[in-house]
Amino acid sequence: MISLSEYLILGAVLFVISVAGIFINRKNLIVLLMCIELMLLAVNINFVAFSHFLGDIQGQVFVFFILTVAAAESAIGLAILIVLFRNRRTINVDDLNTLKG
Amino acid sequence: MSFEKFLFYVFAALLVFSAVMVISRRNPVHSALFLVLAFFNSAGIWMLAEAEFLAIVLVLVYVGAVMVLFLFVIMMLDVDLAAMRAGFIRNLPVGILVAAVMFGEMLLVLGPKHFGSAVFAPPPPAPADANNTADLGLALFTNNLYALEIAAVILLVAMVAAISLTLRKRPATKRQDISKQVQVKAKDRLKVIKMASEEKA
Repeated sequence: MISLSEYLILGAVLFVISVAGIFINRKNLIVLLMCIELMLLAVNINFVAFSHFLGDIQGQVFVFFILTVAAAESAIGLAILIVLFRNRRTINVDDLNTLKG
Repeated sequence: MSFEKFLFYVFAALLVFSAVMVISRRNPVHSALFLVLAFFNSAGIWMLAEAEFLAIVLVLVYVGAVMVLFLFVIMMLDVDLAAMRAGFIRNLPVGILVAAVMFGEMLLVLGPKHFGSAVFAPPPPAPADANNTADLGLALFTNNLYALEIAAVILLVAMVAAISLTLRKRPATKRQDISKQVQVKAKDRLKVIKMASEEKA
Protein backbone atom coordinates (compact mmCIF):
# COMPACT_ATOMS: atom_id res chain seq x y z
CA MET A 1 0.00 0.00 0.00
CA ILE A 2 1.04 3.61 -0.54
CA SER A 3 2.33 5.17 2.64
CA LEU A 4 1.58 8.69 3.83
CA SER A 5 5.21 9.79 3.53
CA GLU A 6 5.15 9.07 -0.21
CA TYR A 7 2.26 11.48 -0.70
CA LEU A 8 3.95 14.08 1.47
CA ILE A 9 7.29 13.79 -0.31
CA LEU A 10 5.53 14.11 -3.67
CA GLY A 11 3.88 17.30 -2.39
CA ALA A 12 7.23 18.58 -1.16
CA VAL A 13 8.90 17.89 -4.54
CA LEU A 14 6.11 19.75 -6.34
CA PHE A 15 6.30 22.69 -3.94
CA VAL A 16 10.07 22.92 -4.29
CA ILE A 17 9.89 22.81 -8.09
CA SER A 18 7.45 25.70 -8.10
CA VAL A 19 9.66 27.71 -5.71
CA ALA A 20 12.57 27.17 -8.11
CA GLY A 21 10.25 28.21 -10.96
CA ILE A 22 9.47 31.49 -9.24
CA PHE A 23 13.21 32.15 -8.91
CA ILE A 24 14.19 31.37 -12.49
CA ASN A 25 11.15 32.92 -14.24
CA ARG A 26 11.33 36.17 -12.32
CA LYS A 27 10.45 38.31 -15.34
CA ASN A 28 7.40 36.60 -16.77
CA LEU A 29 4.25 37.35 -14.79
CA ILE A 30 2.19 34.64 -16.50
CA VAL A 31 4.65 31.88 -15.58
CA LEU A 32 4.80 33.28 -12.03
CA LEU A 33 1.02 32.87 -11.77
CA MET A 34 1.32 29.31 -13.09
CA CYS A 35 3.99 28.55 -10.46
CA ILE A 36 1.61 29.77 -7.76
CA GLU A 37 -1.06 27.41 -9.11
CA LEU A 38 1.45 24.52 -8.91
CA MET A 39 2.28 25.50 -5.34
CA LEU A 40 -1.39 25.41 -4.33
CA LEU A 41 -1.67 22.01 -6.00
CA ALA A 42 1.20 20.72 -3.84
CA VAL A 43 -0.58 21.97 -0.72
CA ASN A 44 -3.80 20.33 -1.86
CA ILE A 45 -2.05 16.97 -2.31
CA ASN A 46 -0.99 17.14 1.34
CA PHE A 47 -4.55 17.94 2.44
CA VAL A 48 -6.01 15.06 0.42
CA ALA A 49 -3.38 12.62 1.71
CA PHE A 50 -3.97 13.54 5.35
CA SER A 51 -7.72 13.40 4.83
CA HIS A 52 -7.34 9.87 3.46
CA PHE A 53 -5.02 8.58 6.17
CA LEU A 54 -6.80 10.18 9.13
CA GLY A 55 -10.24 9.25 7.80
CA ASP A 56 -11.47 12.84 8.16
CA ILE A 57 -13.50 14.45 5.37
CA GLN A 58 -12.64 17.93 6.69
CA GLY A 59 -9.36 17.88 4.76
CA GLN A 60 -11.24 17.55 1.49
CA VAL A 61 -13.52 20.43 2.50
CA PHE A 62 -10.39 22.54 2.88
CA VAL A 63 -9.20 21.52 -0.59
CA PHE A 64 -12.59 22.59 -1.93
CA PHE A 65 -12.20 26.07 -0.46
CA ILE A 66 -8.58 26.34 -1.63
CA LEU A 67 -9.72 25.52 -5.16
CA THR A 68 -12.39 28.23 -4.90
CA VAL A 69 -10.00 30.89 -3.71
CA ALA A 70 -7.34 29.84 -6.24
CA ALA A 71 -9.81 30.19 -9.10
CA ALA A 72 -10.82 33.66 -7.88
CA GLU A 73 -7.17 34.62 -7.46
CA SER A 74 -6.16 33.55 -10.94
CA ALA A 75 -9.17 35.30 -12.50
CA ILE A 76 -8.34 38.62 -10.80
CA GLY A 77 -4.61 38.14 -11.45
CA LEU A 78 -5.15 37.65 -15.15
CA ALA A 79 -7.53 40.64 -15.26
CA ILE A 80 -4.85 42.82 -13.65
CA LEU A 81 -2.34 41.40 -16.13
CA ILE A 82 -4.53 42.43 -19.06
CA VAL A 83 -5.04 45.97 -17.71
CA LEU A 84 -1.31 46.21 -17.10
CA PHE A 85 -0.50 45.11 -20.63
CA ARG A 86 -3.05 47.55 -22.06
CA ASN A 87 -1.46 50.48 -20.23
CA ARG A 88 2.27 49.62 -20.35
CA ARG A 89 2.54 47.25 -23.37
CA THR A 90 4.66 44.88 -21.25
CA ILE A 91 4.32 42.29 -18.52
CA ASN A 92 7.99 42.26 -17.59
CA VAL A 93 8.29 42.54 -13.81
CA ASP A 94 11.39 44.76 -14.11
CA ASP A 95 9.50 47.37 -16.12
CA LEU A 96 6.82 47.79 -13.47
CA ASN A 97 8.63 50.47 -11.50
CA THR A 98 6.17 53.37 -11.37
CA LEU A 99 5.91 53.05 -7.59
CA LYS A 100 9.71 53.47 -7.29
CA GLY A 101 9.88 50.54 -4.88
CA MET B 1 4.65 -4.06 -5.86
CA SER B 2 0.90 -3.79 -6.01
CA PHE B 3 -0.91 -2.29 -8.98
CA GLU B 4 -1.98 0.74 -6.89
CA LYS B 5 1.61 1.50 -6.02
CA PHE B 6 2.65 1.14 -9.66
CA LEU B 7 -0.09 3.60 -10.67
CA PHE B 8 0.99 6.00 -7.95
CA TYR B 9 4.57 6.02 -9.18
CA VAL B 10 3.53 6.48 -12.81
CA PHE B 11 1.32 9.44 -11.90
CA ALA B 12 3.95 10.90 -9.57
CA ALA B 13 6.74 10.62 -12.15
CA LEU B 14 4.61 12.28 -14.85
CA LEU B 15 3.52 14.95 -12.37
CA VAL B 16 7.09 15.86 -11.43
CA PHE B 17 8.20 15.74 -15.06
CA SER B 18 5.43 18.06 -16.21
CA ALA B 19 6.06 20.44 -13.28
CA VAL B 20 9.70 20.71 -14.35
CA MET B 21 8.60 21.37 -17.92
CA VAL B 22 6.17 24.08 -16.72
CA ILE B 23 8.95 26.10 -15.15
CA SER B 24 11.60 25.48 -17.83
CA ARG B 25 9.81 25.96 -21.17
CA ARG B 26 10.60 29.03 -23.21
CA ASN B 27 7.09 29.38 -24.61
CA PRO B 28 4.34 30.14 -22.04
CA VAL B 29 1.82 28.22 -24.16
CA HIS B 30 3.87 25.06 -23.70
CA SER B 31 4.10 25.80 -19.97
CA ALA B 32 0.33 26.09 -19.74
CA LEU B 33 -0.19 22.83 -21.62
CA PHE B 34 2.25 21.01 -19.34
CA LEU B 35 0.38 22.50 -16.38
CA VAL B 36 -2.75 20.84 -17.77
CA LEU B 37 -0.84 17.53 -17.77
CA ALA B 38 0.26 18.17 -14.18
CA PHE B 39 -3.32 18.80 -13.04
CA PHE B 40 -4.50 15.69 -14.82
CA ASN B 41 -1.89 13.48 -13.15
CA SER B 42 -2.57 14.90 -9.73
CA ALA B 43 -6.26 14.17 -10.31
CA GLY B 44 -5.17 10.55 -10.78
CA ILE B 45 -3.25 10.69 -7.50
CA TRP B 46 -6.27 12.12 -5.68
CA MET B 47 -8.34 9.32 -7.15
CA LEU B 48 -5.89 6.83 -5.58
CA ALA B 49 -6.35 8.64 -2.25
CA GLU B 50 -10.11 8.09 -2.53
CA ALA B 51 -10.96 11.75 -3.08
CA GLU B 52 -12.99 11.05 -6.20
CA PHE B 53 -15.16 14.15 -6.19
CA LEU B 54 -12.20 16.51 -5.86
CA ALA B 55 -10.33 14.67 -8.61
CA ILE B 56 -13.24 15.26 -11.00
CA VAL B 57 -13.55 18.89 -9.83
CA LEU B 58 -9.85 19.42 -10.45
CA VAL B 59 -10.19 18.28 -14.05
CA LEU B 60 -13.46 20.14 -14.64
CA VAL B 61 -12.63 23.43 -12.94
CA TYR B 62 -8.90 23.68 -13.43
CA VAL B 63 -8.32 22.04 -16.79
CA GLY B 64 -11.69 23.13 -18.12
CA ALA B 65 -11.89 26.71 -16.88
CA VAL B 66 -8.76 28.12 -15.27
CA MET B 67 -6.24 26.76 -17.76
CA VAL B 68 -8.41 27.81 -20.70
CA LEU B 69 -8.42 31.31 -19.18
CA PHE B 70 -4.62 31.16 -18.92
CA LEU B 71 -4.23 30.03 -22.53
CA PHE B 72 -6.65 32.74 -23.67
CA VAL B 73 -4.66 35.46 -21.90
CA ILE B 74 -1.29 34.12 -23.10
CA MET B 75 -2.44 34.06 -26.70
CA MET B 76 -4.11 37.48 -26.45
CA LEU B 77 -1.02 39.25 -25.13
CA ASP B 78 1.81 39.86 -27.53
CA VAL B 79 4.74 39.04 -25.28
CA ASP B 80 8.38 39.49 -26.19
CA LEU B 81 9.73 36.05 -25.34
CA ALA B 82 13.43 36.89 -25.68
CA ALA B 83 13.28 39.67 -23.09
CA MET B 84 11.39 37.36 -20.76
CA ARG B 85 14.19 34.81 -20.84
CA ALA B 86 16.98 37.21 -19.92
CA GLY B 87 18.34 36.25 -16.51
CA PHE B 88 17.10 32.67 -16.74
CA ILE B 89 20.59 31.18 -16.51
CA ARG B 90 21.72 33.78 -13.98
CA ASN B 91 18.89 32.96 -11.57
CA LEU B 92 19.11 29.20 -12.11
CA PRO B 93 21.79 28.41 -9.47
CA VAL B 94 20.00 30.48 -6.81
CA GLY B 95 16.70 28.79 -7.58
CA ILE B 96 18.18 25.31 -7.45
CA LEU B 97 20.05 26.11 -4.23
CA VAL B 98 16.95 27.42 -2.45
CA ALA B 99 14.90 24.49 -3.75
CA ALA B 100 17.48 21.95 -2.59
CA VAL B 101 17.74 23.47 0.87
CA MET B 102 13.96 23.58 1.26
CA PHE B 103 13.61 20.01 0.04
CA GLY B 104 16.29 18.78 2.40
CA GLU B 105 14.61 20.42 5.36
CA MET B 106 11.20 19.03 4.42
CA LEU B 107 12.67 15.56 3.90
CA LEU B 108 13.95 15.58 7.48
CA VAL B 109 10.37 15.82 8.71
CA LEU B 110 8.35 14.06 6.02
CA GLY B 111 10.47 10.92 5.70
CA PRO B 112 9.26 7.37 6.48
CA LYS B 113 10.53 7.72 10.05
CA HIS B 114 7.67 10.04 11.06
CA PHE B 115 5.01 9.42 8.43
CA GLY B 116 5.76 5.87 7.25
CA SER B 117 3.36 2.94 7.19
CA ALA B 118 4.45 1.93 10.70
CA VAL B 119 3.28 5.25 12.17
CA PHE B 120 0.30 6.00 9.95
CA ALA B 121 -1.16 2.66 8.90
CA PRO B 122 -2.80 2.83 5.45
CA PRO B 123 -6.58 2.75 5.92
CA PRO B 124 -8.49 -0.21 4.48
CA PRO B 125 -9.99 0.41 1.03
CA ALA B 126 -13.41 2.04 1.15
CA PRO B 127 -16.36 -0.31 0.51
CA ALA B 128 -17.82 -0.37 -2.99
CA ASP B 129 -20.91 1.60 -1.96
CA ALA B 130 -18.93 4.42 -0.28
CA ASN B 131 -20.08 7.79 -1.63
CA ASN B 132 -17.38 10.41 -1.45
CA THR B 133 -19.58 13.11 -3.03
CA ALA B 134 -22.36 12.58 -0.48
CA ASP B 135 -19.89 12.67 2.42
CA LEU B 136 -18.29 15.86 1.15
CA GLY B 137 -21.67 17.47 0.53
CA LEU B 138 -22.83 16.55 4.02
CA ALA B 139 -19.73 18.13 5.55
CA LEU B 140 -20.04 21.23 3.35
CA PHE B 141 -23.69 21.95 4.03
CA THR B 142 -23.69 21.25 7.77
CA ASN B 143 -20.47 22.08 9.59
CA ASN B 144 -19.04 24.38 6.93
CA LEU B 145 -22.13 26.20 5.73
CA TYR B 146 -20.88 29.62 6.80
CA ALA B 147 -17.54 29.09 5.04
CA LEU B 148 -19.40 27.93 1.95
CA GLU B 149 -21.42 31.15 1.88
CA ILE B 150 -18.23 33.18 2.22
CA ALA B 151 -16.67 31.21 -0.63
CA ALA B 152 -19.69 32.02 -2.79
CA VAL B 153 -19.32 35.73 -1.99
CA ILE B 154 -15.60 35.54 -2.80
CA LEU B 155 -16.42 34.10 -6.22
CA LEU B 156 -18.99 36.85 -6.82
CA VAL B 157 -16.51 39.54 -5.79
CA ALA B 158 -13.86 38.02 -8.05
CA MET B 159 -16.28 38.02 -10.97
CA VAL B 160 -17.30 41.64 -10.44
CA ALA B 161 -13.67 42.69 -9.95
CA ALA B 162 -12.43 40.92 -13.07
CA ILE B 163 -15.20 42.40 -15.22
CA SER B 164 -14.85 45.93 -13.87
CA LEU B 165 -11.06 45.82 -14.22
CA THR B 166 -11.12 44.85 -17.86
CA LEU B 167 -14.20 46.80 -18.93
CA ARG B 168 -13.16 49.60 -21.22
CA LYS B 169 -15.17 52.64 -22.31
CA ARG B 170 -14.64 53.46 -25.94
CA PRO B 171 -16.00 56.91 -26.81
CA ALA B 172 -15.35 56.46 -30.53
CA THR B 173 -17.68 53.52 -31.09
CA LYS B 174 -21.21 54.25 -32.33
CA ARG B 175 -24.09 52.43 -30.69
CA GLN B 176 -27.77 52.86 -29.92
CA ASP B 177 -28.95 54.13 -26.53
CA ILE B 178 -32.44 52.69 -26.33
CA SER B 179 -33.70 54.72 -23.37
CA LYS B 180 -32.66 57.99 -25.01
CA GLN B 181 -34.36 56.91 -28.24
CA VAL B 182 -37.61 56.17 -26.42
CA GLN B 183 -37.62 59.34 -24.36
CA VAL B 184 -37.04 61.71 -27.24
CA LYS B 185 -39.82 64.31 -27.84
CA ALA B 186 -40.78 66.03 -31.05
CA LYS B 187 -39.65 69.40 -29.75
CA ASP B 188 -36.14 68.09 -29.20
CA ARG B 189 -35.76 67.39 -32.86
CA LEU B 190 -38.06 69.89 -34.60
CA LYS B 191 -37.90 73.63 -34.17
CA VAL B 192 -40.69 75.85 -35.59
CA ILE B 193 -39.51 79.37 -36.27
CA LYS B 194 -41.91 82.26 -36.68
CA MET B 195 -40.80 84.77 -39.26
CA ALA B 196 -42.31 87.50 -41.36
CA SER B 197 -43.10 86.70 -44.95
CA GLU B 198 -40.59 88.02 -47.40
CA GLU B 199 -41.56 90.41 -50.17
CA LYS B 200 -40.84 89.74 -53.77
CA ALA B 201 -37.94 91.72 -54.98
